[in-house]
Amino acid sequence: MQLEYYLLLAAALFCIGVFGLVTSRNAIRVLMSIELMLNAVNINLMAFSNYLDPQGIKGQVFAVFVITIAAAEAAVGLAIVLSIYRNRDTVDMEQFNLLKW
Amino acid sequence: MLAAALGVVLLSSIVYSAFLLGLVFLSIAGFYILLNAGFVAAAQVLVYVGAVNVLILFGIMLVNKQEDFRPLPHALLGKLATGAVCAGLFALLGTTVVSTPWAISSEVAIGDRAIEAIGMHFFSDFLLPFELASVLLLIALVGAIILARREFIPDLDAAAEEQVLTLPERPRELVAAGVNESDSE
Repeated sequence: MQLEYYLLLAAALFCIGVFGLVTSRNAIRVLMSIELMLNAVNINLMAFSNYLDPQGIKGQVFAVFVITIAAAEAAVGLAIVLSIYRNRDTVDMEQFNLLKW
Repeated sequence: MLAAALGVVLLSSIVYSAFLLGLVFLSIAGFYILLNAGFVAAAQVLVYVGAVNVLILFGIMLVNKQEDFRPLPHALLGKLATGAVCAGLFALLGTTVVSTPWAISSEVAIGDRAIEAIGMHFFSDFLLPFELASVLLLIALVGAIILARREFIPDLDAAAEEQVLTLPERPRELVAAGVNESDSE
């Protein structure tokens, strides 16, 4: 029954991340919401790794990969936000329409 | 932890939400320790709290401009709709989690030998993703530097190029001498 608790926790965290991703106006808060979602996925992976596969822990390996990708994503995302802020002088997500038309 | 996550999303001050994000990361590391994964917990603290959170704080400090966002039409309606969709998603995930019969293994957890097991996985059957991750980190490093670099516009004429090689005090004296000469003339 422990496993379900962890999965529910991860689901709640993921939904909070989705909500923040959709409703945030600040670009950096959007990045933070993406980090929340990645962490929810990590909790899922670790829970499965502990309860379903405790000897050959492949879930932890995947979690390490996800952490790596998340770090790279955060760095590149912040660089993009900085360069957009330098060009457009705002961090409002509703005014980023460079790729719209 | 869920309250802290809600604070990350809902608080109006983005600095507070960044610190709450660090709290969320730390408590997730605590959950990893509860799940018999000390190595990944250490990696979580190092990478997320130590690197990503500090990076986000630096980003906030570089970008921080107290601007009031222009209010959108139907913003409240959009938030309510998003909240409803997220609650529905959570309900769907929750029913799936509860109703699925999980094949919970009865083996003893590997515990502190997890580091050896992870290393064995990295260098035997996950070797290609491991190398690809290293290449991706390199690409992200170079790409982030190139994206965030401030581009100077080269408006150097010949005199400026000569001044590059001189000492910092030197051009100031030259300018002063030129001003004096023009004054005397």
